[in-house]
Amino acid sequence: MDFLNALVALSNFVLVPAIAYGSQLALGALGVTLIYGILRFSNFAHGDTMAFGAMIAVLVTWGLQAAGVSFGPLPTALLALPFAILGCIVLVLVTDRMVYRFYREQKAKPVILVIVSMGVMFIMNGLVRFIIGPDDQRFSDGERFLISAREFKAMTGLNEGLAIKTSQGITVIMAVVAVVLLFWFLNKTRTGKSMRAYSDNEDLALLSGINPERVVMITWIIVAALATTAGVLYGLDKSFKPFVYFQLLLPIFASAIVGGLGSPVGAIAGGFIIAFSEVTITYAWKKVLTYLAPENLEPSGLVQFLSTDYKFAVSFVILLIVLLFKPTGLFKGKAV
Amino acid sequence: MTEPVKNTLLFAVVGGLILLTGFTQSWNAAILILNMGLISAIMALGVNLQWGFAGLFNVGVMGFVALGGLAVVLVSTPTTPGAWSAGGFGIVLALLLGAATVVATVLVAQKMPKGRVRTLSIIAILIVGFFIYRAVLDPNTAAVEAIEPAVAGNLGGLNLPVLLAWPAGGLLAAGAAWLIGKTALGLRSDYLAIATLGIAEIIIAILKNEDWLARGVKNVYGIPRPAPVVGYEVDLQNDPSFVARAEWLGLDTVTASTLAVKLGYSLLFLIVLLVLLWMAQKALNSPWGRMMRAIRDNEVAAEAMGKDVTRRHLQIFVLGSAICGIAGAMMTTLDGQLTPSAYQPLRFTFLVWVMVIVGGSGNNFGAVLGAFLIWFLWVQVEPIGLWLMSLITAGLPDGSALKAHLIESAAHMRLLTMGLILLIVLRFSPRGLIPEK
Repeated sequence: MDFLNALVALSNFVLVPAIAYGSQLALGALGVTLIYGILRFSNFAHGDTMAFGAMIAVLVTWGLQAAGVSFGPLPTALLALPFAILGCIVLVLVTDRMVYRFYREQKAKPVILVIVSMGVMFIMNGLVRFIIGPDDQRFSDGERFLISAREFKAMTGLNEGLAIKTSQGITVIMAVVAVVLLFWFLNKTRTGKSMRAYSDNEDLALLSGINPERVVMITWIIVAALATTAGVLYGLDKSFKPFVYFQLLLPIFASAIVGGLGSPVGAIAGGFIIAFSEVTITYAWKKVLTYLAPENLEPSGLVQFLSTDYKFAVSFVILLIVLLFKPTGLFKGKAV
Repeated sequence: MTEPVKNTLLFAVVGGLILLTGFTQSWNAAILILNMGLISAIMALGVNLQWGFAGLFNVGVMGFVALGGLAVVLVSTPTTPGAWSAGGFGIVLALLLGAATVVATVLVAQKMPKGRVRTLSIIAILIVGFFIYRAVLDPNTAAVEAIEPAVAGNLGGLNLPVLLAWPAGGLLAAGAAWLIGKTALGLRSDYLAIATLGIAEIIIAILKNEDWLARGVKNVYGIPRPAPVVGYEVDLQNDPSFVARAEWLGLDTVTASTLAVKLGYSLLFLIVLLVLLWMAQKALNSPWGRMMRAIRDNEVAAEAMGKDVTRRHLQIFVLGSAICGIAGAMMTTLDGQLTPSAYQPLRFTFLVWVMVIVGGSGNNFGAVLGAFLIWFLWVQVEPIGLWLMSLITAGLPDGSALKAHLIESAAHMRLLTMGLILLIVLRFSPRGLIPEK
């Protein structure tokens, strides 16, 4: 019984949140890694792209809620998601046309593109704050829980409850769908194959008649869709706040680099590695250990390795370790 | 127009903008812009050293600036009575133990033959070391933080003159930069960027959470001023000779005293800026500076010429970060308080980058000019945006939601403007206002 209680407590406080957070990071890291693979630079504006997409979703959700439209037990934001993706696609394509294409034609060094993306970051950040303001916005509705802690206790008779938020369930399902679609697209369709070819060897791809501008355009469209989805899911799970998306940049980049920049599988693995380490290291293990330890050996402290405020330190340390021992990441990324 | 004339004109224009602020808004505002402009110029010099001279992509400026601020607290604030005996020495012991753990790990990693034994012993050392560290640290921090938490709760400082804190800030930042550089330099440029971005966030997290160090989010107030150059307004107002001088200038005593205090800071900052600028100019034109640029332009060739690229990178990374640390210490002195939650990456890292790029990376005068110009715009865009918005919304009826929103949002025009300026400069004048020679 104690063992089961420990397991439930572990799932409730560590496994479920980490899986949801990992899915969000993985979706974000996929965007970063695709840009890196195709356009060959680290996009500092990615966090703010997520914020922009999520912002449109928030606005459309409010509109739908005002019009009385709802999605039953599911959050209305899911209905708003397609509009948000469209809006985000328009934004990134306009940005690419007005900003990035010039440097692509000039064959500018990757680091110049990174600085350019800093400028784009400023503008997107400003836009989001301008339109929706810098404050917290709540836009989730529908059922809050798939299983609430009380129901779970009543159902199983255990002392510990397991709560799964609707947003967590949706996050995982959406992430799986997005990843399956992405891999199907990359591996089975002609366009996807041309993207991989372009990423692997630009010159050979150009030689075989692949249109680079088309590849770049499709990359941006996919990235916008992934970023918006990640942004909306994160917003549903926690809350929407523009600055938080900027801060997500670090764990997202850490995920992409740990997995190997340019490798989609790596981005997903990296996302979960970062998420699980963050949650396990900042979780106070007292509860779980109290169930597991024999009678009089129970821990007296919280058994928390680091306070939650240091979660960035966790992604950073993992990033450093991987960079020092395996500079191209776990899944053989590329190095420009 | 010859080059010196053009550059002098550019500086004159920026100087004129600040003077204009003085005439149209208030001299107080103008000198505030000047003071932060001077500090920004020093930060820009540091970034220019790293990026302009050596091509190192450091986006952790905020962290080094914050370390400079921490140094001010540690050097110049009074020691909290009883804090050291309560737990201060214990904390130092814990930190030493933590450092010993890391050193032991590195030694084991270097000395032992590769294999499972090495991996296991590294993990064992880390885990045991961590628990000992926490076991020593936790009770001691709790003891320190329990001392008068409303006004202190930290170790306090050494109670030394605040001017000593400025070089100390540079040293602290340099130490951190050395640690980061040792691990992250030699990696690719994007990786260094992410690593520095991360370290800056961690430094801010430490400042916010380690209450025993600098009171965390409770902030440290009442940092002493660099007397005798900068006095206190009240003292000046009670000083008959100052009152007489103010009357002679036709100012009322209160305004005159605030201006005098601010100008005192300006004088100190100007001296620091000029010294650093002179040093940076000397460095740029020395063989060392030429070597740096050679490394930046072609690492492989420089390495073939026998230059130790990694070492030189480490050197300039430490130097540039130290300059940012000095600027950070100066800024905290100017503010008179340390507010960890005020450190935002957009303001303290990326804005400095905009300054360097707009001014002209690789050119020290360019960096200084960019710093003044961008800081001026950063301050003035808000009122200009507000004015613009009231103009645009003049036709809308009062009380309309759109009007209220637009006017309220004018404050966020800053970021938008900075982004636009950066992109426009990068596109049409990528070498900046005063290009590298």
